[in-house]
Amino acid sequence: MATATVELKPKDYKSNVPPDWCPGCGDFGVLNALQRACADLKIPPHEVVVVSGIGCSSNLPGFFKAYGLHGLHGRPIPVATGIKLANKDLTVIATGGDGDGYGIGLSHFIHGIRRNVDLTYIVMNNQIYGLTTGQVSPTSLAGMQTKSTPSGNVEEPINPLMLALAAGCDFVARGFSGDTKHLAELYKQAIQHRGFALVDVFSPCVTFNKYNTYDWFRQRIVKLEEKGHDPTDFVAAMQEARKMGDGEVPIGVFYRNPNPRPPLDERDPVLASGPALVKRPMGITNAEGRKLIEELM
Amino acid sequence: MATEMAEAATRVVDLVVGVAGDTGVTPGIMTTGEMLTLAVSRVGYDIYTFQTNPAEIKGGQAWYQLRLSDQQLLSQGNDVNVLIAFDEEGFEKNEKVLADGGVLIYDASAYEPHPSREFRLVGVPMTKIAREQVRFPLAKNMVGLGAAAALVDLDLQVIRRMIEQKYAAKSMEIVEKNFACVELGANYVRSELGLSPIVRLKPIPRPERLVLSGNEAISLGALAAGCRFFAGYPITPASTILEFMMRELPRFGGVALQMEDEIAALASCIGASVAGKKAMTATSGPGLSLMVELLGLAVMAEVPVVVADIQRAGPSTGMPTKTEQSDLNLALYGGHGDAPRVVVAPSSVGDAFYTAIRAFNLAEYTQGPCILLSDANLANRKATVDRPDSQGVKIVNRLLAPESDERLPKPFPRYQITMSGISPYAVPGMKGTYFVATGLEHDEYGAPNYTPEVHTAMSHKRFRKLESAYANRNGDEWVSLYGARGEADLGVISWGSNEGVIREAVAQANAEGYKVAFAHVHVLNPLPEKELKAFISRVRRVMVAEINFAGQFAHLLAGRFKIDPIPLTKVSGTPFTPQEVLDGIRDAAA
Repeated sequence: MATATVELKPKDYKSNVPPDWCPGCGDFGVLNALQRACADLKIPPHEVVVVSGIGCSSNLPGFFKAYGLHGLHGRPIPVATGIKLANKDLTVIATGGDGDGYGIGLSHFIHGIRRNVDLTYIVMNNQIYGLTTGQVSPTSLAGMQTKSTPSGNVEEPINPLMLALAAGCDFVARGFSGDTKHLAELYKQAIQHRGFALVDVFSPCVTFNKYNTYDWFRQRIVKLEEKGHDPTDFVAAMQEARKMGDGEVPIGVFYRNPNPRPPLDERDPVLASGPALVKRPMGITNAEGRKLIEELM
Repeated sequence: MATEMAEAATRVVDLVVGVAGDTGVTPGIMTTGEMLTLAVSRVGYDIYTFQTNPAEIKGGQAWYQLRLSDQQLLSQGNDVNVLIAFDEEGFEKNEKVLADGGVLIYDASAYEPHPSREFRLVGVPMTKIAREQVRFPLAKNMVGLGAAAALVDLDLQVIRRMIEQKYAAKSMEIVEKNFACVELGANYVRSELGLSPIVRLKPIPRPERLVLSGNEAISLGALAAGCRFFAGYPITPASTILEFMMRELPRFGGVALQMEDEIAALASCIGASVAGKKAMTATSGPGLSLMVELLGLAVMAEVPVVVADIQRAGPSTGMPTKTEQSDLNLALYGGHGDAPRVVVAPSSVGDAFYTAIRAFNLAEYTQGPCILLSDANLANRKATVDRPDSQGVKIVNRLLAPESDERLPKPFPRYQITMSGISPYAVPGMKGTYFVATGLEHDEYGAPNYTPEVHTAMSHKRFRKLESAYANRNGDEWVSLYGARGEADLGVISWGSNEGVIREAVAQANAEGYKVAFAHVHVLNPLPEKELKAFISRVRRVMVAEINFAGQFAHLLAGRFKIDPIPLTKVSGTPFTPQEVLDGIRDAAA
């Protein structure tokens, strides 16, 4: 990650496209916090790539002045994997919603953690499908009434933090888009973490989720750092991650492995031993070609 | 028999050898065929193989067919002249393809054959020799190999070198035991049975050539084209490309990954290409079915990427180890919306190298996906090819925007409307050219836009790129023409791995007095309209030959050129034989 010599401000990451989110949408906070985090870390906009899936929240790259890829529903992680491995000098941020990451894209989430490419994965978790106007999501609480669960959700929600911890994720955090200052600090730590980092963000949908509102969260949110949670304690992280629903809702860094696994670009012999792939010459030299052909004879 | 073919008039040697048996009972059926192939090639003969692995993980009847000649070979041939059958089932299943008067080499300690026709029977107690004389029953296949070598008078030292290459790393004892079996098999034929060779494979002095499979040729072509990122997911019959790339790409400064599924494989290739690196994935039909949504993304976001589809037979899981050309419609039209993409097909092992390069060139030129349609037949079979000329081929790279230091007020016009449809490309890391690559309909700057004007203009742009690719092919031969040059009674059109076998049959038909022309199409989308129109206009009737049930290419040509072609199709999971094509031509021309 290169740092800029000129001072960068959050507005330097603001694109000319105004966000199309509903007034009051939690995703505004997510966007603002990300702009602040990148400015604080002094990452030049042309060295950032924001990759998203499909959903309200996945429109984010369009509003963020950097390179972006607005791809397919559920697939930001493998796309981001290709970008990062082709150019390890870029800061690559994968984003999407809870349906995108914990529903259709769940397999990539688990394998992304296993593969441990140096990515920051931000999930805007609003516990509802908003873009399709209000159906139940994998993180919707049991009993919740939605357009597709008119008699209440009879299924239990997935717990992404426990899943991430169990899969071996070395950096697991949760933020709240109603507290962008706190959220920006989480992003900064996640971006600086070398390896796959998860930041799950409660980002209320003011239009379709009338249950998990800003007020609902504000009444329950507890900051882990304020209650003395030790983020290097895996068991404590699991215990905190279990808390969701009507009890308290902890936010902050749940887990930061004191002995993190090296990211894939340090394990891959080619990437570990030289410049980014895009900075290497292309094609086969005569000598290389001859050697390969000798082996095939 | 193949020697009757007109193009073979100058052939001194033209022999088809088949190896059959249950791989569970006789390990190394395929190894026997491969070693014979490499040894024959090493002494200078042209080889052309066809093989079907049993579907079972272990066990089941396997078939390896080797045609060899002192002249160039175009197909695997028709009937078998020498059949090595290690067990009775292997003989009975393949007796029908053994030519009258052909040679049957069989394991006399396993069975006595009861042939229904006249063959020359060469019974060699393979199991007994391997077990009792060498104390290495595992190498009974090597006794069979030795017997075959004696019958074609092949220098045993060449086989010894093959064995050393394969087993020396394990132990010299294994080398010696295997070779002892080869020698004993040869001696048994010469001394015990007192047989003299049916043909003498005297070494032909010529520059050494490569023996490659289609999948190896595709992989090498990708390397030569500049592919430095590969992601795949194991699937028969494409896995050998994944294995080749995992092994070889790091040596050329590239990265290869095995992903969690085919979707992740193509998605990461798209990511790598967005970042500026040429990328490829390889799969078979079931994988391509999963990838179609991403093909649409590559079309919409305008990302160059190569997808090699090594076709297998049937829908769903179908017949994974058998060959077919039934993914054409999927390759051309798979996915929702109007999503134009380039489709190319290699016609032979040698051509697969250059087709892989062409696939990358067209993907880069059009800034979109290019599907390379190979098949199981081409994937596995070995053929002698001249050393690929990686220096002489033209490599195309995407049109890049100049880097700019200015802070642009707007994003970079990545999707600028141009005459050719092709817009300058920018990669992350370049200053002043930021933009969002997107699957949403978008304006020239990549911003979402659903107006009628923009969707119309952008649809035109995406299709126009393919027209530009055709207009700018610059002497690249998209259609190969064979047979009758002027007006003809019948014009055969085909694509993919059928080129050689049809050439052979067309030559024979013309020698018999028919007037047949043949057009083989290398680029299936955009279709080379001019060449095909000219061809169709000079033939009285068109016959379209392809390995699928529905006649997928025939339907395409019928609609495009308003013709009523005669379909020549086959769905047995095996490629055409020259005889089948010849029969089809005779019927159509009659």
